[in-house]
Amino acid sequence: MSPDKMIHMANQIATFFKSQPGDEAAARIAAHLGDFWEPRMRRQLLDHVATGGEGLDPLVIEATKQLSAPAD
Amino acid sequence: MKDFIIPWDDTDKGTPAKTGAPVTLTIDGFEVTVPEGTSVMRAASEAGIQVPKLCATDSVEAFGSCRLCVVEIEGRRGTPSSCTTPVAAGMVVRTQSKKVQKIRRGVMELYISDHPLDCLTCAANGDCELQDMAGAVGLRDVRYAAGENHFEVRQNGEANPRYIEKDNSNPYFAYDPSKCIVCSRCVRACEEVQGTFALTIEGRGFDSRVSPGAANDDFLTSDCVSCGACVQACPTGTLQEKSVIELGTPSRSVVTTCAYCGVGCSFKAELNGDELVRMVPWKHGKANRGHSCVKGRFAWGYAHHQDRILNPMIRDSIDEPWREVSWDEALGFAAARLKGIQQKHGRRSLGVITSSRCTNEETYLVQKLARAVFMNNNTDTCARVCHSPTGYGLGQTFGTSAGTQDFDSVEHTDVAIVMGANPTDAHPVFGSRLKKRLRQGAKLIVIDPRRIDLVRSAHVGAAHHLALKPGTNVAVVTAMAHVIVTEELFDEAFIKARCDWEEFAEYAEFVSDPRHSPETTEALTGVPAEELRAAARTFAQGGNGAIYYGLGVTEHSQGSTTVMGIANLAMLTGNIGRPGVGVNPLRGQNNVQGSCDMGSFPHELPGYRHVKNADVRAIFEQQWGVEIDPEPGLRIPNMLDAAVDGTFKGLYVQGEDILQSDPDTRHVAAGLAAMDCVIVHDLFLNETANYAHVFLPGSTFLEKDGTFTNAERRINMVREVMKPLNGYADWEVTQALANAMGANWTYTHPSEIMAEIAATTPSFAGVTYDLITEKGSVQWPCNEAHPEGTPLMHVDGFMRGKGRFIVTEYVATDEKTGPRFPLLLTTGRILSQYNVGAQTRRTDNNIWHEEDVLEIHPHDAEQRGVKEGDWVKLASRSGETTLRAKITERVSPGVVYTTFHHPDTQANVVTTDFSDWATNCPEYKVTAVQVMPSNGPSDWQEHYTALATRSRRIEAAE
Ligand code: SF4
Ligand code: SF4
Ligand code: SF4
Ligand code: FES
Repeated sequence: MSPDKMIHMANQIATFFKSQPGDEAAARIAAHLGDFWEPRMRRQLLDHVATGGEGLDPLVIEATKQLSAPAD
Repeated sequence: MKDFIIPWDDTDKGTPAKTGAPVTLTIDGFEVTVPEGTSVMRAASEAGIQVPKLCATDSVEAFGSCRLCVVEIEGRRGTPSSCTTPVAAGMVVRTQSKKVQKIRRGVMELYISDHPLDCLTCAANGDCELQDMAGAVGLRDVRYAAGENHFEVRQNGEANPRYIEKDNSNPYFAYDPSKCIVCSRCVRACEEVQGTFALTIEGRGFDSRVSPGAANDDFLTSDCVSCGACVQACPTGTLQEKSVIELGTPSRSVVTTCAYCGVGCSFKAELNGDELVRMVPWKHGKANRGHSCVKGRFAWGYAHHQDRILNPMIRDSIDEPWREVSWDEALGFAAARLKGIQQKHGRRSLGVITSSRCTNEETYLVQKLARAVFMNNNTDTCARVCHSPTGYGLGQTFGTSAGTQDFDSVEHTDVAIVMGANPTDAHPVFGSRLKKRLRQGAKLIVIDPRRIDLVRSAHVGAAHHLALKPGTNVAVVTAMAHVIVTEELFDEAFIKARCDWEEFAEYAEFVSDPRHSPETTEALTGVPAEELRAAARTFAQGGNGAIYYGLGVTEHSQGSTTVMGIANLAMLTGNIGRPGVGVNPLRGQNNVQGSCDMGSFPHELPGYRHVKNADVRAIFEQQWGVEIDPEPGLRIPNMLDAAVDGTFKGLYVQGEDILQSDPDTRHVAAGLAAMDCVIVHDLFLNETANYAHVFLPGSTFLEKDGTFTNAERRINMVREVMKPLNGYADWEVTQALANAMGANWTYTHPSEIMAEIAATTPSFAGVTYDLITEKGSVQWPCNEAHPEGTPLMHVDGFMRGKGRFIVTEYVATDEKTGPRFPLLLTTGRILSQYNVGAQTRRTDNNIWHEEDVLEIHPHDAEQRGVKEGDWVKLASRSGETTLRAKITERVSPGVVYTTFHHPDTQANVVTTDFSDWATNCPEYKVTAVQVMPSNGPSDWQEHYTALATRSRRIEAAE
């Protein structure tokens, strides 16, 4: 998927969880990504973060620390 | 095999059923007990005594005009009509006496004297109540000489001024005034059942005639929506299906379910041999209660359309013409390619798309193909592009994605919110049921950018129409909550008992912030604050409040958030868990609900259980004897992205046309073109098939057994009415493909597939074909706790325990208007066509909708020099297309609207790849566009038409 599209989608998710009360936003973003993003997509996101994560909401970067690396 | 023709009692009891306290009376010496308010006629019928009748039928209220149904009642003078006389306790009725017989014969004599006596050649011969009644009353001679009448074309050598020619304008039924007995059943059916008010009785006395629309109208030009209710109600051959005129009266019938929309109407398919003669809505159908719309009733001709492909076809590459081959060769070819792809590109390089048009059993097998044969979770369904946000939003708040009510519930609703839905077009039978309730006095709030028909139509109107700017749903819903919370209109007792109070407190604090007030949000939503306040008050204080919503809610980048906002509103006002209330997603296609239930989504197994849960996987691993991938699979848009990236290479698509139905056509085309094996399993060479390597012919809903699940979670039987023209039902084809890949499946009937579903899925545990057949239909959850199914959800508590209020912050979509694209495009559908139109376009329904048009406000049109009917170019950052303009005030200035039923228009060339944050459901409902005059098709349209023509070539068989 194009990097722009991936960044846009990840940031949309962050925007929602940011608006929720409490301080678990990063954990909930990570859970959402783990539940709905196929391994290839998570890998692409993690790779992007590894190279600086340009364009990503800081919360997404925070969340990726808790994101399980795809099995296989 | 079992005979599925069920001996239901279809007797016309003359007047509608009532629900009052029991009343006991005596009819011809027999005691009978019926609810208060029942007519004597119906009471007699309950006792097995049919009183002769003409103007009464049990689909409409009695009118009492023919006087054929007269009876004698002890202690009452004269001979009252039994259809208009309500029962009373202790009443003693005689339905047969010299006196009433004489009256009845006189009545019949008068009718017959103005009726042509060509019964033997009449299309209604054998199916005519006038004939039956003439027999029943013992009419033996007609003493009146034919004087002035309505049926002779010429009289005394001159044209008969009373004779009116047959009206053949409607493609599906004819109106022959010469046979009309002016019983007004049709007029009442159009008013009471359909709610369209297209028919009137013109003139008085002997001169009175049924007339569609205004003076110069025929059926086609009138308001008639061709639902067929009047045709069913007509006791004579006056209003008659053209298929019956052509093919003769049917001799057998099979009860089945409409395959068009999510209402899921039950029909009787009436046949001679294996030739379908007509589809008649079944009065015991619990979703439709005997009503239907033009699609299910009449638009079934596509089953025999010449375009239907009946033999499998293959080709090495998509530039080649198709080659017709045997089933074995096609399946062998497909299996070899798929296996080759997996060897080269890995396990996750293949996927499937299940169909919301196919049965539950078929869908179940397709996702099983992905999970148990491809060994991955790459399965998705077109529900992705419509109701996936409902799944997520309601799942988060209530604990299940299911709609909470049955359709009957609307009969108890006092205030209905219809949001982002257009029921009279997209869910017509529900639309009619809602209108009926509105005519009884319920209030309506419409939240939609467009002035849909419900806002103002015959005898109903909306109390409030919040014509919001596309993309501001969350702001409007949150502002309504603001009013309800700050004006303290919420149902504290309900919230305390049923919801998490702490979460409510947080939520209340959030919505109370002045930035959510209607006054503040007015600037962005375009909804006047006072109007919004008034609507919120009406909803909170008006009694039973129900929310019905459609794709105008879900197909947004904040679709899931809006669904949560709707759930919040229902909980705030205590409108959950009883008749007349609830949150009701109106599903698009017939089996959207079912395809979701059956595990079509890449992250969940059947019954909405996430694949990450080892205990759930274990159930299926044991059943299937394979190991299930614990990782979620790709969703449709992700599959296409992966295809463009080169890691996704093979796709099996059952009964969907993603090229036409999914957004950003060019991206879809690029994804499909990048794959090595696209298998399309469908009735026709659809648009997606232009990019396919294997075509497997599909079967229609008339040609297979199975079940559909409608928007009420109601599991309805689909029954094989005739044998599949292509040789195999769709479930057999999927099984053959799986077996060609080495799966060794051995289903011999869909009931065995349902048994497997029941064995693995708790909410279906109690479902069997026998139970559905016995009950007519069953609403899931159906299990030990609810052995007969569940009409209303969350009655004693929410699925998830406590209902959860979720904060819904409005976020503007990134799809913004600007100087290049100053208008907002939103999309929808119309009554006569269905989704991508593959079926309806192949019927006479085209008479009502030949092409997609662009609705534009006069102000915007004038600015651009666009006139009614002009070709215009519609451009967005994704692409452009051309279509004709229709100038109308239904849309607000700044908003344009179109449908997407026709492949030539390709409205989705224009839609973008933005999607719902939670589910990737595409943002169909908001695209920034520009409109300008044009003189012909866009480059893409021309390019595409050429490609489609080339791609559809079929090599002549040697
Ligand atoms: S077909 Fe339906 S809408 Fe048309 S006149 Fe008959 S009842 Fe009315
Ligand atoms: S058209 Fe049929 S239903 Fe209507 S008034 Fe005439 S006979 Fe009765
Ligand atoms: S299309 Fe929908 S409303 Fe019309 S007959 Fe079929 S199920 Fe009923
Ligand atoms: S049937 Fe009762 S008056 Fe016609």
